Amino acid sequence: MPSVEAHALRPYRRNLLIPGLSLALAAAALWSLTIGRYPVPTTQILQILFSHCPFLDSIDYDNVPLVIVEIVRLPRVLLVILCGMSLAMAGAALQGVFRNPLVGPEVCGVSAGASFGGVLAIIQGWSITGMVAMAFAFGVAALAAAFLLTRLAQNRAVVALVLAGIIIGSFFSALVGTAQYFADPQTKLPSIIYWLLGSFADANANKVGIVAVNFLLAGTALLALRWRINLLSLGDTDAEALGIHIERLRWTVVALVSLLVAAQVSVSGGVGWVGLVVPHIARMAVGPNHAKLLPASALLGGLYLLVMDDIARTVAVDEIPIGLLTAIIGTPAFAAIFWKLKGKGWSND
Amino acid sequence: MTDGIALSGLGHSYDGRNWIFRDYDVAIAAGSVFAILGPNGCGKTTLLKCLLGTLHPAAGSVQCKGQIAFVPQIFQVAFDYSVLDMVLMGRAKSISFFSQPVKHDIAEALAALDHLGMADFAERPFGELSGGQRQLVILARALVAKADVIVMDEPTSALDMKNQSLILEWIGRLSGDLGYTVIFTTHNPAQALAAADDVLLMLGKCEYASGRAPDVLCEESLSRLYGVAIRRVPFEHEGETQVTFSPVYGANCYDSPP
Repeated sequence: MPSVEAHALRPYRRNLLIPGLSLALAAAALWSLTIGRYPVPTTQILQILFSHCPFLDSIDYDNVPLVIVEIVRLPRVLLVILCGMSLAMAGAALQGVFRNPLVGPEVCGVSAGASFGGVLAIIQGWSITGMVAMAFAFGVAALAAAFLLTRLAQNRAVVALVLAGIIIGSFFSALVGTAQYFADPQTKLPSIIYWLLGSFADANANKVGIVAVNFLLAGTALLALRWRINLLSLGDTDAEALGIHIERLRWTVVALVSLLVAAQVSVSGGVGWVGLVVPHIARMAVGPNHAKLLPASALLGGLYLLVMDDIARTVAVDEIPIGLLTAIIGTPAFAAIFWKLKGKGWSND
Repeated sequence: MTDGIALSGLGHSYDGRNWIFRDYDVAIAAGSVFAILGPNGCGKTTLLKCLLGTLHPAAGSVQCKGQIAFVPQIFQVAFDYSVLDMVLMGRAKSISFFSQPVKHDIAEALAALDHLGMADFAERPFGELSGGQRQLVILARALVAKADVIVMDEPTSALDMKNQSLILEWIGRLSGDLGYTVIFTTHNPAQALAAADDVLLMLGKCEYASGRAPDVLCEESLSRLYGVAIRRVPFEHEGETQVTFSPVYGANCYDSPP
């Protein structure tokens, strides 16, 4: 019999991947601060970061590197990392909840709801803050609507949740389409389309604050629930027989995921693909146990989106919408990994 | 251990009109093995759900003082968890809402696997195991749940003969050596006779037969139960008489629908 100690230590040994990914993410973040149209060397970045408290200390606007690092790049890098972490963790959790590795954060209808809120704010010509608030409010409203729908149908099965999400998502997508149809094609429509494609170009300290607070609350709670998500991926009768209140757990996870997704859409528009693909790559690396999968997905999601955003803002003269890049670069990357690892991590039954 | 389980006037109907079963009064002794037999669609699974407490019965009640653990039929898992991860899930009730399994839980899980002779498989993916090994892993999961009663839904139905025999052996040990009350459903009367102390035959909506296995499992009641003539076939093995049951093929002497 293998010793208990060996097994007890096993998770910690495997978790070497987590510190490794954390280091890689920190290094990538530092590197991301250096690149751009105005290169700032790493030493200068470190000097700025250590001598000046970002977002709090007053800024000398004549100091160009300081302005670039603290006003332009740092908020953007932080926002990208937080959004990448949110999306990947949301995807990993939902794939567990729905017992389906083909599910992404879009399935609960929250992305579409948040998108409609954002579009509405653009049409009204509201400020960035108004847009973030609208997107977040409509994202949460979409979740509430999906919840009410399953209650009205008196169906507690997981498929009812998927259907409710698809119904609500389709409804809000149709509203987004309608809004685009009636939007002024000279002034509003281009802004709407650009926003829907997803971008971090307008990152600022306020947006970082919104996403950071939300991540601290919803993300931490979701991480604490990570082992319990394993139980949701069993059948309902089986899970209930283990003595857990399956519906309460399922809705808690879906609500936390929705908060993460609503916050992401509200600050950066539609960024697809991350929530679907990153959990798969993470699953191939650490296995399907959500206790390890969620932290690994979060770090990998932050890293992935950061690299994508670096490419989006540096590869061409004009910035490429990141929503396009994540899919265009993500697809072949995923195909290559899929081929190499032969779909390790999910059941072949 | 508990004082046993009592089904009092138990009945269930999903629509309030058509009863699946009704007025079942059955007592299951603590530490015994209890088998439930019935044709497909007679409500065995519904009865199990009432026992497990995952379904609220439309009539009557189930009294059980102890904890119940469930061993479902061979099932598929969406993700290929390791054997140890699967067993750890049995600790769900003892691990608080926002917590993770700790060293103690892992030790319990490994001890349960070791007890069932499966410790060497701890790191293996659950999906790679054979049907019989999977059943043992799920049995280990029931053991770490620290239950008093283990409910098994057709534990041998998907297994080959060797594994069927292995699982039946374990059912006997769980009750005899470890003191668990074991309740299982089966389509094989010979297995019920070999493993169970008492049996329940779900003959109809309001009709059932319950009692000591050798008394209840007779040709007449089994023929009525399955709607086909069934013969009791005794045979000798190492000086001991064993019994199997066989349908008389082509002799559907009962007109009840299958």
